[in-house]
Amino acid sequence: MDKKNGSRNLQDETRYGNPEINGMSEIVKNVCIWVEGFIFLFGCYIVLFGHLTPGGGFAGGVIAAGSFILITLAFGRGRIEKIIGRRKSSILDSLGALMFLFIGWAGIYTGGVFFSNFIQKKFGSMPFRFLSAGNIPLINIAIGIKVMSAIFLVFFVLSITRVVLRGDKLEMVRKK
Amino acid sequence: MTETFITIFLVFMILAAVVALEARELLSTVIAVGAVGFMLSVIFLFLRAPDIAIVQIVVEILTLVILVRATISRDTHFFEDEREFFPFAINIVMIMVFLIFAFWAVKTLPRFGLNFSKVAPYYLTKGLAQTGAANIVTSVILDYRAYDTLGEATVLFTAVLGAVALLRRKAKAAENKNG
Repeated sequence: MDKKNGSRNLQDETRYGNPEINGMSEIVKNVCIWVEGFIFLFGCYIVLFGHLTPGGGFAGGVIAAGSFILITLAFGRGRIEKIIGRRKSSILDSLGALMFLFIGWAGIYTGGVFFSNFIQKKFGSMPFRFLSAGNIPLINIAIGIKVMSAIFLVFFVLSITRVVLRGDKLEMVRKK
Repeated sequence: MTETFITIFLVFMILAAVVALEARELLSTVIAVGAVGFMLSVIFLFLRAPDIAIVQIVVEILTLVILVRATISRDTHFFEDEREFFPFAINIVMIMVFLIFAFWAVKTLPRFGLNFSKVAPYYLTKGLAQTGAANIVTSVILDYRAYDTLGEATVLFTAVLGAVALLRRKAKAAENKNG
């Protein structure tokens, strides 16, 4: 066998089966079952407490997407398509973007300028509480949903396509 | 003190970047690029910017996972061709020209850590009262500069749109029908 040409790849496939369909070994799967929920919960915490502690929508969304990517890597494609498939995550992506835009538009409608913090101006709040800062937590949640589904979607789309050499040009095809 | 640490880390980052360029194997290149990103996140921690440090470290981990997955699932690739002389010489000349101009530009920058903007004290003193958010960074990016954040979200949305549109399933069927 040609040593330069993917010896590692072949070894893995003979030992564990195809990692893209069957997932990784039993140890990885068990650890994933223990950890996946906590990673997702930590992402939600970072999103929800973005106005009080370091973090925010983007960081928390990426952490939550990391839990989905962990499931995809550990279990293969079958399990993740039951939890959040391509269609569901693209709907969530658009929903997050529209929610963000809607909050900005609501600022025009109630306060006069785009992205005016109208809830804080109208009701006010005690600082350092969970329910404070007006519509900043709402925007954080919108960005969190958006970033989570967008990053997962990019990973998912990249992981189900593969570049092959057909004839003398490269083509992108869906993996079997 | 902070400056010394940052300089040391910057030297290590440059070394890792050179390793990433010169490594023969694709996997070691990916790992060296990851090292650059993690050192950058440590620098952000030294500069007391935990928000940016969290984002940097998390995005770096995800990028590393995606890149390792992409490079391992393909055949392991080795770079063995010698570098051509002419493009290399052009690169060196362009870098020299850039350094000559950057030398004057950098001299006009304010000193490290010197606060000269008038907006920053305003945010620090009035941010909590006006927005109610204890985290001033959040109050800047989601209240004072929310329009900026909308632009960033649009960039991400466009990137996903491009990925999904380029790699969708129906592309091949349509091509077969036409050709």
